[in-house]
Amino acid sequence: MDLYHKDVVSIMDFSKDDIEGILDMAEKMVPYAKGEKMKRTLDGKILGNLFFEPSTRTKLSFESAAYRLGCDVIDVSEMSMTSMAKGETLADTIKIVDAYCDATVLRHPFEGAAKLAAKFSDHPVINAGDGAGSHPTQTLLDLFTMRSAKGSLDGLNITLVGDLKYGRTVHSLAQALTKFGMNITLVAPESLRMPNDIIDHLEASGCHPKITESLDDAVSEADVLYVTRIQRERFPDPSEYQKVAGTYRVDKALLERAKSDMIVMHPLPRVNEIAPEVDDTPHAKYFEQAANGVPVRMALLNGLLGGEF
Amino acid sequence: MADQSPIKEVRLTPIRNGTVIDHIACGQALNVVKILGINENNIYSSISIGIHVSSNALGWKDIIKIEDVEIDQKKSEQIALVAPDATISIVRDFYVAEKYKVVLGDHVTGLARCTNPNCITNKGEPILPEFEVTSKYPVQLKCCYCEKLVNNISDNLL
Repeated sequence: MDLYHKDVVSIMDFSKDDIEGILDMAEKMVPYAKGEKMKRTLDGKILGNLFFEPSTRTKLSFESAAYRLGCDVIDVSEMSMTSMAKGETLADTIKIVDAYCDATVLRHPFEGAAKLAAKFSDHPVINAGDGAGSHPTQTLLDLFTMRSAKGSLDGLNITLVGDLKYGRTVHSLAQALTKFGMNITLVAPESLRMPNDIIDHLEASGCHPKITESLDDAVSEADVLYVTRIQRERFPDPSEYQKVAGTYRVDKALLERAKSDMIVMHPLPRVNEIAPEVDDTPHAKYFEQAANGVPVRMALLNGLLGGEF
Repeated sequence: MADQSPIKEVRLTPIRNGTVIDHIACGQALNVVKILGINENNIYSSISIGIHVSSNALGWKDIIKIEDVEIDQKKSEQIALVAPDATISIVRDFYVAEKYKVVLGDHVTGLARCTNPNCITNKGEPILPEFEVTSKYPVQLKCCYCEKLVNNISDNLL
């Protein structure tokens, strides 16, 4: 797939081969992402970073990816600092930003915002998270991390645990996993189960996920344990959050029942769902996962903006 | 003394001018009336509604006859969302001047709203809601923006 001038709205816009191609390019980007080598393939380009929800890793890794390739960045981090605070529509904001830069990265609290932005923008739009919807670049870096650790994505046993209802990273990831024939186990309290439309999609793709509330039952078979934070900010009712906060905790005692080469991933930030004692075990891959955001986003930006590499 | 002559029962009389919407899926007639936007303030002729009427093709069906009103293309597309097998007959001077089956395409725009309150299409942006028709029997719509399925189409028509 030629990425040039494409939008990145949903992971489902990419085939398995497209994804493998992006991961291959990300592999090549690793020494450049670490600053061990230099190549300014996007010299003179400008990236617009619009983040209307809090972000550390996604925003900074897009900035880092752009700068590593010689691309400049203009950014907005708060809706209150834009004309949207005066009632301007997102459509108008996007048209303006589109005139100032060569590609736009958008994080927004409403589902479908990136799709709208792509409609009103002449340049590529990259979805950096839209409400409880999609987060395709997170999915790409998750897959990159799994492939780097396991050598291949095909046929892995993956357990997704935590907030599967509101967690957009697991929505995008679960859909992508079906392309690689992975065996999926979903672990969540009843109130935070994976939405039915995603389950239906998994089933229609020939993947029949195991659904359970018990992490203890699921951990022993997993090659990948993908942990998510239970997101207080997405609960309409705070008392509902209190009922499920702290339901799951990954610690050394739990890991004793896991395969020796099982990896633990987390999109971060974590609160208390992974004990700090896990950080020093060979299972922990979440900081490496966060670091992988840079080469993966470099691969995307380079492709979308037509960099020669 | 009571009239001894037999009752002349006529279920739905022919109309002179207007629209007949036939082969409506059983139970959907009142939703079609809602789509037509008919109420006491904007209709000055008769409307006949048959609910649970015997049908050779469907077993049971609903049927509506509206006098002196010819429905337009948008209305027929909306009707297809709740009654995908419905047929529309435009009647002029007792004759069927036009007859067609409603058509539900693979994609519908501006006919219904997304039921996800957090969808960008519900936030005052200058866009029409768009849906992919993922199933026709029963009709199922998936929002092209937030990718959620519409829960109750008849309650969310525009």
